[in-house]
Amino acid sequence: MTTVTDEKPFIELTAKDFKSKIDPDWCAGCGDFGVLNALQRACAELGLRPHQILTVSGIGCSSNTPGYFNAYGMHTLHGRSLAFAAGAKMANHELTVIATGGDGDGYGIGGNHFTHTARRNVDITYVVMNNQIYGLTTGQVSPTSTVGMKTKSTPFGSVEYPINPLTSAIMNGATFVARGFSGDVKQLTDLIKKAITHRGFSLVDIFSPCVTFNLDNTNAFFKERIKKLDEETHDTSDWKAACEKAMVWGDEIYTGLFFERSDRDSLDHLEPILRDGPMSARSLETSSEQAERLIQRMM
Amino acid sequence: MADSYDFAFAIGGEAGQGIATPGDTMARIFVRRGLHLSAYNAFQSIIRGGHIFLTVRVSEELIYTHGDKLDLLLCLNQDTMDRHLRLMGPGSAVLYNSDKITPGDAGEGTQLCGLPIGELTGTTRTGLNQNTVALGAMMHLLGIGIDVLEGSLSQQFQRKGEAVVNENVKVARAGFEYAVKNFTPYPGEVATGPKPLALWSGNDALAMGGAVAGVKFYAAYPMSPSTGVLHWMATNARNLGIMVRQVEDEIAVANMVIGAAHTGTRALCATSGGGFALMTEAIGAAGMMEIPSVFINVMRAGPSTGVPTKTEQGDLWQALGASQGDFQRFIVAPLHTLDAFNTMAEIFNLTDRYQCPGIVLSDLLISEGRYSVDPDYLNMHPTIDRGELITESNGAGGDTPYNRYANTESGISPRAVPGVEGHVHVVATDEHDEDSRLVSDEFTNPHIRRMMVEKRARKFDGVVDQIAPPELEGPADADVTLVGWGSTYMAITDALKLLEARGVRVNYLPIKWIVPFHVEQITAVLSAAKKIIIIENNHSGQFARYLRGETGITANGHIHKYDGEPFMPHHIVDGVVDLMEKKEAESYVPYQEVVV
Repeated sequence: MTTVTDEKPFIELTAKDFKSKIDPDWCAGCGDFGVLNALQRACAELGLRPHQILTVSGIGCSSNTPGYFNAYGMHTLHGRSLAFAAGAKMANHELTVIATGGDGDGYGIGGNHFTHTARRNVDITYVVMNNQIYGLTTGQVSPTSTVGMKTKSTPFGSVEYPINPLTSAIMNGATFVARGFSGDVKQLTDLIKKAITHRGFSLVDIFSPCVTFNLDNTNAFFKERIKKLDEETHDTSDWKAACEKAMVWGDEIYTGLFFERSDRDSLDHLEPILRDGPMSARSLETSSEQAERLIQRMM
Repeated sequence: MADSYDFAFAIGGEAGQGIATPGDTMARIFVRRGLHLSAYNAFQSIIRGGHIFLTVRVSEELIYTHGDKLDLLLCLNQDTMDRHLRLMGPGSAVLYNSDKITPGDAGEGTQLCGLPIGELTGTTRTGLNQNTVALGAMMHLLGIGIDVLEGSLSQQFQRKGEAVVNENVKVARAGFEYAVKNFTPYPGEVATGPKPLALWSGNDALAMGGAVAGVKFYAAYPMSPSTGVLHWMATNARNLGIMVRQVEDEIAVANMVIGAAHTGTRALCATSGGGFALMTEAIGAAGMMEIPSVFINVMRAGPSTGVPTKTEQGDLWQALGASQGDFQRFIVAPLHTLDAFNTMAEIFNLTDRYQCPGIVLSDLLISEGRYSVDPDYLNMHPTIDRGELITESNGAGGDTPYNRYANTESGISPRAVPGVEGHVHVVATDEHDEDSRLVSDEFTNPHIRRMMVEKRARKFDGVVDQIAPPELEGPADADVTLVGWGSTYMAITDALKLLEARGVRVNYLPIKWIVPFHVEQITAVLSAAKKIIIIENNHSGQFARYLRGETGITANGHIHKYDGEPFMPHHIVDGVVDLMEKKEAESYVPYQEVVV
């Protein structure tokens, strides 16, 4: 990597270098601005280069993130970011792959991929902007909406219990599980940096309030309640303690790193095929020896 | 025909009785002698029980089907005897365990060959060695030395140890010796071909075709009858360096394949109709993001779960209509196994050059059928054309601004893969401009939208000339022209010989490429036809409607089969003869005699 032209060789990049030409179209005051900011800072502080990163998103307000982030990106289908991201990561594991999206995209329509990508421990950082509402479709109940929440599709209040993304991720085998708040960019930057550095599937679930359609879980709501895990005694290697803390919802709500384990290898480390380097860099030719073996098997 | 060697045998029993192994042993004995082979296994979606009927036909000539007659029937249970004895004609033989199976009334000239399995094996336990005894008896009936079978058994069981080999050889010899004393062999000798042939299935062909085309990423969710591709890939992954992943559902499969393909890796997946339905949204995404990727649909009898173990050509319109909106896609229906093998390199080169998805329509008949192939016909090192691909080796750096979707004259925009410096961009499933800026959310722009639709569409201008058109087989002035697509090539080709023998002046236009469609060439051939009969393995005539839509040509007759079983050559012969006499366009539906 000695000849970089548009990416400032030998110069430290700043968060600004990860801003794209396009300005976000989010509503003024949207939590997603804070998340984008933290993501840009995290990548700059880790010394990553835009061409080494692939951001992958699904559909929704927060899934527009790759367009606002200066790196390779894929803005894919609703709920499918993790599948695209896992395919890309396993085909070129030298890329830093970051999936971004919302609660409906990731925990609703994409729930199956959330479960299995966590189980496989694919080395992806999954940044979920959780606003507990469907925003882009103008305000319907989401898988993380609280019981009783009134939305356009639940005018008399939701009767369904929400999913808990953190306990789900831990149960599914995720090896890094954290929660941030878009109103605390400093903490969030730190969590995203740790998540990217972690080798394996990392979930950073982020309270990113929707100022237009969720009038229950607002910035003020979270500011009053949030307590930081690192300000009290919490063992991040203890999954039961992590689940207990993750289940707390009321006057106190925790943010921070809930759970991390490094004893389980990520999928790219476990897959022997990758010992010879990324699939994307392989020669496509079949050798004469390989061809001969294939034919002999059929004789 | 009459002079060349042609022999068919069937093995029937229930799942779990070990039909595949003796079938495979015999198949290998024949192909090693250089005989052509075609095998079809009729079975159900069950692990134990049910009724399985494996038919294997061998010939000195190149054959594509299991034919119309049986020379030998091996009954592993009473059910097979009861169902199939009536199919046996003069000169045939029926082998069965006379301890357990009672033969019915055999037709004249059918030799009933009961084998006292208990006496011959020295045990009353009903094991798999009744199959081996029967193989020994078959050696005598065919006039092949027992040493040939012993060699095969030794090879087959060598991994299980000497004791197992010896046990098998012993009972095979007992069967052989009993047959020598009690049964009359077939007249004449089993023919020998010029050189040993290989044995494969259509799924092997598709998988190996993909592998030699440079597939480095394969994802799948198991689904009959496509699972053989996954098995082949998994078996050969280490030898060939292929990333093989079995994942949570076909939605993940398709999206992962596109994600992998986006990095510049050749990526493939295979499924059947139901799984393909789940993949369709992703196929549209590949069209919109312009990421080359290949999807195999091994068709089975639908709709819905349908008949999972039976064949059909019912997914043509699903492939044509897969995903919302207008976008460019290739659709190809290989004609037979060797064609399936060759098609894979071709469709990978096309999808790379034109940056769009490609769909391969196979079916159970091709994919799960077993066929011989001359290994010398296998091009294991096909040309690989990646199209306008920018990778680290050819594109890093560069001062000019890069637009992923540059509005070029050809419509094809050079494609950079992630990791390449100086080409950072975001691909999107939303409509986008040349620089991949969305033209969907914050602002829309009818002029940019139109430009991008036209850019993508322009890629396919003239694409049909890049692909070989279908060629008419048989005399140009024939009285009737048969038209089929995909796997019906096999039954039609075998039927043509029979039709010619009956004095019918017939020719045949086999269609392989559905999109692009060779409208000009097909119209020229069919406009000159005296009578057109379209033959399809479905109920509604999906191809007939497509042909009419693309060319305005309607057929004078249709042969449809949709009972789950493939066409046998005589079904087509009977249909053609019947329809030749009809003044109006009519449909002929053949009767399936073999019921399993």
